[in-house]
Amino acid sequence: MPIAVAIALLVLGSVAFHLFSPWWRTPLASNWGSIDSALDVTLWICAAAFILLNLFMAWVLVRYRNRPGHKAHYEPENATLEKRLTFWTAIGIAGMLAPGLVAWGKYVSVPKEAAIVEAVGQQWQWSFRYPGPDGVLGAAAVKYISPDNVLGLDPLDPYGRDDLLVEAGDLHLPVGKPVKIVLRSKDVLHDFYVPEFRAKMDLVPGIVTYFWMTPTKAGTYDILCAELCGTGHHEMRGKVVVETPKAFAEWQAQQTSFSQILADMPQAAISIMLIKANACTISAPRSIR
Amino acid sequence: MATTLADDLRPLHHPRSWLTKYVWSQDHKVIAIQYSVTAILIGVVALILSALMRLQLGFPGLFPSIQPDNYLQFVSMHGMIMVVYLLTALLLGGFGNYLIPLMVGARDMVFPFVNMLSYWLYLLSVIVLVAGFFVPGGPTGAGWTLYPPQAITEGTPGHQWGIATMLVSLAIFVAAFTMGGLNYVTTVLQARTKGMTLMRMPLSVWGIFTASIMGLLAFPALFVAAIMMLFDHFAGTSFFMPTMQSMGRITPTEGGSPLLFQHLFWFFGHPEVYIVALPAFGIVSDLISVHARRNIFGYRMMVWAIVIIGALSFVVWAHHMYVSGMNPYFGFFFATSTLIIAIPTAIKVYNWLLTLWRGNIHMRVPMLFAIAFIFTFIHGGLSGLFLGNVSVDVPLSDTFFVVAHFHMVMGVSPVLVIFGAIYHWYPKIFGRMWNETLGKLHFWITFLGVYAIFLPMHYLGILGVPRRYYALGETAFIPESVHLANEWITIAALIVFAAQGLFFFNMIWSLFRGPRADPNPWGAASLEWLTPQTPPAHGNWGPHLPVVYRWAYDYSVPGAARDFIPQTEPRA
Amino acid sequence: MSLFTRLAEKSWEPKSDRDLPPDRPSAGAVGLSAYVAVACVMFSLLVAAYVMRMGLHSAMGHMGSDWVPMPDPPLLWINSAVLVGSSIAWEVARRARAQGRAVRASIAGAALGLCFLIGQWMLWRHYQAAGYYLAANPANAFFYLLTALHGVHIMGGLGAAGWALIGGNIRHIRLCALYWHFLLVIWILLAGLLVST
Repeated sequence: MPIAVAIALLVLGSVAFHLFSPWWRTPLASNWGSIDSALDVTLWICAAAFILLNLFMAWVLVRYRNRPGHKAHYEPENATLEKRLTFWTAIGIAGMLAPGLVAWGKYVSVPKEAAIVEAVGQQWQWSFRYPGPDGVLGAAAVKYISPDNVLGLDPLDPYGRDDLLVEAGDLHLPVGKPVKIVLRSKDVLHDFYVPEFRAKMDLVPGIVTYFWMTPTKAGTYDILCAELCGTGHHEMRGKVVVETPKAFAEWQAQQTSFSQILADMPQAAISIMLIKANACTISAPRSIR
Repeated sequence: MATTLADDLRPLHHPRSWLTKYVWSQDHKVIAIQYSVTAILIGVVALILSALMRLQLGFPGLFPSIQPDNYLQFVSMHGMIMVVYLLTALLLGGFGNYLIPLMVGARDMVFPFVNMLSYWLYLLSVIVLVAGFFVPGGPTGAGWTLYPPQAITEGTPGHQWGIATMLVSLAIFVAAFTMGGLNYVTTVLQARTKGMTLMRMPLSVWGIFTASIMGLLAFPALFVAAIMMLFDHFAGTSFFMPTMQSMGRITPTEGGSPLLFQHLFWFFGHPEVYIVALPAFGIVSDLISVHARRNIFGYRMMVWAIVIIGALSFVVWAHHMYVSGMNPYFGFFFATSTLIIAIPTAIKVYNWLLTLWRGNIHMRVPMLFAIAFIFTFIHGGLSGLFLGNVSVDVPLSDTFFVVAHFHMVMGVSPVLVIFGAIYHWYPKIFGRMWNETLGKLHFWITFLGVYAIFLPMHYLGILGVPRRYYALGETAFIPESVHLANEWITIAALIVFAAQGLFFFNMIWSLFRGPRADPNPWGAASLEWLTPQTPPAHGNWGPHLPVVYRWAYDYSVPGAARDFIPQTEPRA
Repeated sequence: MSLFTRLAEKSWEPKSDRDLPPDRPSAGAVGLSAYVAVACVMFSLLVAAYVMRMGLHSAMGHMGSDWVPMPDPPLLWINSAVLVGSSIAWEVARRARAQGRAVRASIAGAALGLCFLIGQWMLWRHYQAAGYYLAANPANAFFYLLTALHGVHIMGGLGAAGWALIGGNIRHIRLCALYWHFLLVIWILLAGLLVST
């Protein structure tokens, strides 16, 4: 008996907790409303199942509790009932899977007009790179990294010369423009995660990963690392500033390009960099359009 | 009772001394107890680690001796111990060993020597694992998933020796499990007594049997991954290691694929979830049926569901990798397969509820745990649909939602079943009865406590609070109330932690002072309750093996004199 | 009775009452086939990892340009021939009716198995001398890993063979022979993979 009451109260308590909990999604700041609605659909179907099944159990525990004279009913199976339950479960599952897959379909198809921005992770900070006027990110790889070339751009790739580098600074994005965020790691796994954008993707050393989104609300948001990356994992923070296209253009005009960095370097350092880069042209990475 | 074919085939290995009877024993019951005690002891270590983690999360800064390195080490060791060294070892090595021969009517496992070897290798793996706490740099802090490259590079605690002891220990564990698993599978297939057809086996045996097959097929992936990572670590190969920058230098490794490790790991890791869940499903089915005095509802459906879940669980592994950077189109397939697996799982839940329905429910302690299991499993199973439903997983992955989900579904739920099972079979195993009041107290604190711990965590996860964070620090989207929630959760966790003392006290005290137990205190129909001695003697069955005439669920059969008919009772 | 009819049986009904077939396979045979399944999974996963690492899946975004295949030395073929010979000897042992013949043939099989191991060791030495070090290239690493794991299985087989011979148990000798054939098949597949890539 107490257990039946406890189950019923836990169900009611969970519903109350859901309704009055101060913790829910952060306000959406990107186009991924479809993810939120897929979550809502999943939640409603699951909540219905949770409430029905547990209240049924609570009722059964009271109704069929052991008491003098009460006997259980012998019934090995009931094929009709089981088939019906299977059918309705399948319907419920399909009902939540469909919006989930539709949202995923959008998530994996990057629109052609999306601008490209690169986020580079390392233990334990974020850096960013913009493609510059040509709209193409120059090739880059860990093996090119040197104190003068912290993001590891290929010095031989002409597409890389106009790339704008933001080392350990903030990411700026224009509001309302779709952007493909290309992800690269210098050392271990990381994950680019801005709760307000809903989107997220791991950074995997050795390969280039990506996701896309359209920021829809101006503001400053925290970038967290969501893949354990060592002792400083919890301190690997960054900021993303979503602003009007005009403010974005002004900000971008102040950033340093790779050719400016090269111009500031002593000639000897450039020579060494070029010789090294020539030595590793086998299996050169490609530039990203 | 007549003798059957199995009777004269296998001469028993008879112990000759105290040492071969209780230490180097080849008796499945002794090995089961050895397995269980070792698993529970190492589980207590993991429990203490979780309390330390909670102290840090609830009261950051209050314990200066818990540094970020320590916190990550606690996380990693807690996870690995709980999943592999406690749950897998206890459910298969412990319950599997004890129950299979007794439930199918065998005298012992078919390879008793290999069975003994399995335990000693398991113990060795636990010792190597614990050695990780004492090597320079401490145990690994790479998370229980041990993802390379960070597991073996600078910046991760224990990247030098801690990870090595972990990998070696896992490889030994896999060898130990393979020895045990071969035994469980072969015993079920080969040593069933006369009349014990496959469809007359109790669901506990079905769950353990299927989980053993899955373990045999899934653990090789972990073994291969561990060996390859050891090569990467000590021989400088680059299976998993790409070119990367470590401590300002470019590493000599090239071209390795961290994703390859993740695929191997989860090819093991996801079936592992069901390796833990299926024995729990089976055992809880038996507990519910016995204490509700009703046949398990839809027995055939239950067996099929176990088999289908077991098979499907090998094609869902990449749902742990939706945002790992693998080919995103895999997401469609793995989301679909993952949600399909929910259907047989839901059927199991329905059938548990329908077994209670029209039953005659005795609220004894094992039944309370079984009911609590249904509740937590419904909760944890449903939250799994969020994470399986690919795009919904994107905002939730690597947040507290994941932590809440898997603790609910494969931490709390199997542990509740384990408690229920221990209370249920204790009178048979030790011939003594535990104290009911202490048992109920233990149940109520544990059940309500764990829900108080894990329900709020789901909501923190939906808010976006990331997991594996030593401290949340100053983060704009995290309100002050989250820190308050963390304090409450920690307090609840400490209460649950302390309540386990009641369980241990009850078990140990009853071992010596508990009243003598009835051979079949719950009126159960399955074979293990029908041994001539309690606790069962070496060889289990006296001079003759039992002969089975019916399934294990003849409860409240109309017209029968008692409300259960033992499996050995011939039909009229 | 097929597995499906057995699994569809309504075991609570009186008509489900029947005897189990009296001639079950021996525990050893069941255990061995289960272990063969385990080893198959292990080697298949390694082959999958091999293929994935080699870059056949570059479409999936894995870079594999660093892969430099190893040359095939003649010793590889000699070793394979020795293992085939070993398996033939075991087959003779398996079919032998007389205990003495079975024991003699299995000793020959085990000895050839040992020769195979020594040959593999020489193959390793040969590659080492030629500069194909373990860590130099993923192809080398896979070669050493696969041959080492296969060799460990052969060693286990030798141990089991020794145990069967000491016991003089003809059933165990037959199981050893089956295990040996399994290792030969695995070896042929692995060697084929190593040679063809």
